[in-house]
Amino acid sequence: MEDTSPSKTAEIAARCEEIFTDLDFNAARKWKAGKPGRKVIGFMPFYVPRELIHAAGALPLGILGGGDQLEVIHGDAYFQSYICRIPRSTVELGISGRLDFVDGMLFPSICDVIRNLSGMWKLMFPRVAARYVDLPQNFDGEVGGEFYRSGLQELRHWLADIASHPVTDEAIRASVAVYNKSRALIRELYALRAAEPWNVPSAEVYLLLRAGLVLPVEEHNELVRTYIDAARSRDRPFKDNSRVVVSGVFCEQPPLNLIKSIELSGCYIVGDDFMLVTRWEKSDTAEDGDPIAALASAYLHNSLSTSAKYEPDAARKGAYLIESVRKNRAEGVIFAMPSFCDPALLERPMLQNALKAAGIPFIAFKYAENSGQMQPIREQAGTFADSIKLWSGE
Amino acid sequence: MSTIITHPKVAKAWVFKDASMAKQKEMMNRHYGRLADAPQTGEKVASTFVPGNLNELLMCFGFAVNLPEINAIQNGLRKTSGNFVMEAEKIGHSEDVCTYVKSDIGMMARGNIGPNGRRLPDPDVLLLSCTGCFTFMKWFELLRERYRCETIMFHTPYMADGKIAPDMVKYMVKQLEKDVIPKLERVSGVKFDIDRLREYLKKSARAEDDLVWVLQSAKATPSPIDAYFGGIYYIGPIFGAFRGTDDAIEYYKFLREEIEGRLAQGKGPVTPGGDMGKERYRLVVEGPPNYTNFRQFWKMFYEEGAVVVASSYTKVGGTYDFGFRHNPDKPLESLAEYCLNVYTNRSLPMRVDMLENYIGEYEADGLLINSIKSCNSFSAGQLLIMREVERRTGKPAAFIETDLVDPRYFSPANVKNRLESYFQMIEQKRARARAAG
Repeated sequence: MEDTSPSKTAEIAARCEEIFTDLDFNAARKWKAGKPGRKVIGFMPFYVPRELIHAAGALPLGILGGGDQLEVIHGDAYFQSYICRIPRSTVELGISGRLDFVDGMLFPSICDVIRNLSGMWKLMFPRVAARYVDLPQNFDGEVGGEFYRSGLQELRHWLADIASHPVTDEAIRASVAVYNKSRALIRELYALRAAEPWNVPSAEVYLLLRAGLVLPVEEHNELVRTYIDAARSRDRPFKDNSRVVVSGVFCEQPPLNLIKSIELSGCYIVGDDFMLVTRWEKSDTAEDGDPIAALASAYLHNSLSTSAKYEPDAARKGAYLIESVRKNRAEGVIFAMPSFCDPALLERPMLQNALKAAGIPFIAFKYAENSGQMQPIREQAGTFADSIKLWSGE
Repeated sequence: MSTIITHPKVAKAWVFKDASMAKQKEMMNRHYGRLADAPQTGEKVASTFVPGNLNELLMCFGFAVNLPEINAIQNGLRKTSGNFVMEAEKIGHSEDVCTYVKSDIGMMARGNIGPNGRRLPDPDVLLLSCTGCFTFMKWFELLRERYRCETIMFHTPYMADGKIAPDMVKYMVKQLEKDVIPKLERVSGVKFDIDRLREYLKKSARAEDDLVWVLQSAKATPSPIDAYFGGIYYIGPIFGAFRGTDDAIEYYKFLREEIEGRLAQGKGPVTPGGDMGKERYRLVVEGPPNYTNFRQFWKMFYEEGAVVVASSYTKVGGTYDFGFRHNPDKPLESLAEYCLNVYTNRSLPMRVDMLENYIGEYEADGLLINSIKSCNSFSAGQLLIMREVERRTGKPAAFIETDLVDPRYFSPANVKNRLESYFQMIEQKRARARAAG
């Protein structure tokens, strides 16, 4: 019988942290070595259709920069001081050989920097297949949908070339089912955290999500299931913390200490935009019919909002954040955004206006993936938590 | 061609201008007058972006076209952008983001007074031609929040694989047919007439032929033009609100004759200090210029005898090098291809190839990159571009950093120092080549 005792959560978190801190991606290397011919496909934030990679028999590997433990030596030589941190640490991972087992790299259309990095990768690592994933900004099924379906077909053939076998409709449908399960589990995890944040610390949720970008999805699904079951039997002391949504962390990652610092300062994180790819589709993607059409439709009509995606309806601008606040019964929003992140920082004033109109308090600060000083963050977040407790409802 | 000497109101020094520059100034004055008069004349106003703009299409509906980057540039040249940028930062915009956006928002916050001292009208429509730059999307979402007018997304796919795939054009044409044109019809109250579009496209192609001739005249030695500082003037009408008009045809014909005259006389470019002296260095430049200290920046080049023979910035609105011209026989496809060909919509490997070819074709001494702090679309990857072009051509490359319209990021001493070092590097290369050969 599976162990779902409370101590199991700590054990799982420890395992996930081990995966998270391993910048050589040994878990993925081990998977690849497990069977001849296995392929690994790296991808950058914020979204790629992992189902296609999985259907090709390959392992989707999330590449989220180097964090605060990687010494960036070569990467800094490729980017000016005013470019964000994630491309330079990603280049560092590449040059230092840490990605030498990766057979292909995907760069989704999140911003100009990652877009240009796709071309840099082709020049710097010509032996590795690299592909830009151009996501439509038109959400009409006959317009953006047709374009995206065509893009997905091309991606499917690209993956088939790498895998040396066709990626069949049947395989894609099976992968959709596996990822539907994954997303359902993540949604369940998020719902549990919103209900009992004292039993589901966000640092653990974060680590669990990060592990999911390295491990095979089936293994990760089991891990999440076990964690949820164990967390449900947990009974940690409730603290009178303020409930917050963290916004802006969808690409370059905050240091783990930043997440811990927010929680230590008196906040429960009950909503966030960490690793959106793990729950991008808001409900199940169709498991029957044309799987390419199903993936395209899910992207167009049933996916989360983020600043890298155009909002056609002016009245809906910022609604996703307000909905997250309401759904998770949050009392405020912490904008934590990477320095020099154009999508996040340009979006912020609009989100702040929406929050002001809705009477939701917020604070904002910037970080880099290698930020070391957490004292200012703790002070800011702590003051914010206090101010919510003192002044909310007035 | 005659050279006109004008005495500007702000600068103390005499400034030399070609007749074509004076002609363009008159066109721009007329343009800003038309915009400022729009509330009285009842003309509808469309705001849209320079790269991949759909000027011919907007003309079909009678819109007066407002281009926010051009406003920011004008504010940079007039040294008012710095205050606008700080105004935007004061109201919550990050110091990290694009200064074009902040100059625009700061200008709006301070009454939206245009370069001619008159208030710019509120747009009736924001045509979000999202081409080669993600910031555009956020920029017009920000403006939409203020103006609450119809906003039309027109998404251009990225040329990541170095080619225009048929599905890209199809996607764009569908957007035009299903979304862009119907909305423009609704806002303007004018029915779309594809023959009218064909006529404008025909005119565009004529002007484009002359522009290409002018830019390629820099292959001559000495070059009769400066294809960066001077080039910025040359691209003004074609990338702005004049492409597709008789004005643009006349302007480029006039410009071409002017350059033909300089070529025949073996003259170099006209600079703000007069005819340039002996051509000593021929450069290819990648990246936009700095506008807040534009003349000072240019002077650092022409005083050293450095002329820019080719630049990527003169392709920021669209690239004509490889034969593209607006085509009246395929009107909507042609608009799509124009957008796709925008320089920053081209993949990094394509950009490297272009710059490498420029160095060969224009017999340049090397590549200079002016990296712009607030333009990731251009800047991300430029250090690799520099290495790669240097490696392939064996010609020296150099890197300077400034900003578009934020004067806080223009450090004259640093820039001058780097340029002087670069010119010395070229001299050393030449000396070594002479010694070797």
